[in-house]
Amino acid sequence: MLVIIDYGVGNLASIRNMLKKAGYDSVISSDEAVISSAEKLILPGVGAFDTCAGKLQQSGLITILNRKVLEEHTPVLGVCVGMQLLTEGSEEGVLPGLGWIKGRVIRFRQDQLPAGTKIPHMGWTDVELSKPSRLFEGMYEEPRFYFVHSYHPDLADPGDALVRVNYGYTFVAGMEKENILGVQFHPEKSHKFGLKLLANFVNHY
Amino acid sequence: MKRVRIIPALLIQKGGLVKSIRFKDHKYVGDPINAVKIFNEKEVDEIVVLDISASAEKRPPNIEKIKEIASEAFMPLGYGGGITNLEEIKMLITAGVEKTILNTAALTNPRLISDGAKYVGSQSIVVSIDVKKNIWGKYKVYGMNGSKNTGLDPVAFARQMEEAGAGEVLLNSIDKDGTFEGYDLDLISSVSSSVNIPVVAIGGASSTEDFTGAIRAGASAASAGSLFVFQRPLRAVLISYPSQAELKKKVFEKI
Repeated sequence: MLVIIDYGVGNLASIRNMLKKAGYDSVISSDEAVISSAEKLILPGVGAFDTCAGKLQQSGLITILNRKVLEEHTPVLGVCVGMQLLTEGSEEGVLPGLGWIKGRVIRFRQDQLPAGTKIPHMGWTDVELSKPSRLFEGMYEEPRFYFVHSYHPDLADPGDALVRVNYGYTFVAGMEKENILGVQFHPEKSHKFGLKLLANFVNHY
Repeated sequence: MKRVRIIPALLIQKGGLVKSIRFKDHKYVGDPINAVKIFNEKEVDEIVVLDISASAEKRPPNIEKIKEIASEAFMPLGYGGGITNLEEIKMLITAGVEKTILNTAALTNPRLISDGAKYVGSQSIVVSIDVKKNIWGKYKVYGMNGSKNTGLDPVAFARQMEEAGAGEVLLNSIDKDGTFEGYDLDLISSVSSSVNIPVVAIGGASSTEDFTGAIRAGASAASAGSLFVFQRPLRAVLISYPSQAELKKKVFEKI
C-alpha cells in the first residue's frame, strides 16, 4: 500500500485524488503501524520550511521514516516542501531536514535573475531531465508542471539531480538517489503530466 | 519559452454558474461542476471559482460543494466568496483549494490577510480587487461585489495588501467585465508596477491576443470569464480554452 504521510501540513486529499484518478488506492496516515507496513511513501509539504520540519519532528515519525527509507529502502517521493525536507536544511529556516540527500535549499538568487522576475516562481514550467528515470517513463511530450516556490535545492552531488528547470536561471527541481525521489512541483495539480509521474512512481519503484 | 498562466474564472450565484456584464445582468450559464470537468479536460492552467452572492447574503463558503469541485480540479483551484475568518480559510485548504480569494473581507478586516498568510502561507492568500472609474476618470476600489465605492485608490490598496502578506492580486475591472472590449491596460500597468507580488488581470478579454497585451502591461497571469464560456456574437454558451499551440504562437512567444 502507498501511504501519504500525514504530519499536519499540506493538501493531502489532492495527492490521493490524483492517485485515484490514475487508478491507485492510497492511504493518508500518521499512524506508525500503517507507515511501517507501507510499500511506498509520499512525503507532502507546503508553506514555510521550518513549519513543515517542525511538524515532522513533533509527529514523532522521523525514526520510523529513517528506518523505512534508509534501512528497508522503501521508495519515497517528496513533493514541494516535502522534497526540500529530503535535503539537509534550508536558508528559509533553522531546523534540519531529513538529510537523506546531501545539499541544501536556497532562496532564488534575485541578483542572478533578470530584472522584474517575480518571486515566488508560480505557474507552469517546462522541465528537462538531468538523467534518465523510470519516474518519467512514457511521459507525454513537452512535459510541464505546476510550481509555486521561492526556494530551490542546491545539491552537493550533481548526480542526485533528476529534473532541471529554467526560471530566470536553471536550477534543480527534482532529485533521485536510489529509492529517494523528490520533485519541487505539484504532480497532483499538473494534469496528465502529474498523473503519469505518480503512476510511474506506483508502477516502477 | 516563458509560460504565463491563463485562468478561466467561474462565477457562482445561488448554486448555478452565471456570467455578468459590468457586474450586472447575470446570465445563467450552467452547472459549475460540469464546467470544471470540461475545463479539466481542456487542461487549463488554473481555475478560479467565485461565489459572488455569498458575502451579500452573509453566507459562509459552501464547503461541501467546494470539495466536490476540488475533486474534479487536477489543476490549481482558487476559491472566493463569503470568507470571513481564519477557520474558513483552513477549511477551504483542507477541502482541496490551493488559493483562498478575499475581497469583502480584505476591505473590512485586513488583519485576516496577515493571519491567513501566517497560517497557510502567502501563496494561498489572494486579494481580489474590483475597480471602477468614477466620473472624473479616477480608479476606485469597490466592495460588496461591485456595489459599494470604498473611495480607496487601487494602487495604494494593492500595496497595503502586499504588505499585509497577500501572495497575489486578482485585479478586476468592473467597467470591462463581460464587455469583450479588451483589458484595462492602464489599470494593469499602474497596479502591477507598484507591487512585487503577481497580478492576475481580469475583465474584458475578447481574444487570445488580449492576454499578450495584459502580460506586456505587467500582469503575471491573465484571467477571463465570458471569453471562455460564451461564443460570440450571441453569447451562446460554449466552453472553450485555447490550445497549447495557439497559446505558444499568440502569447508565450510574444511576451
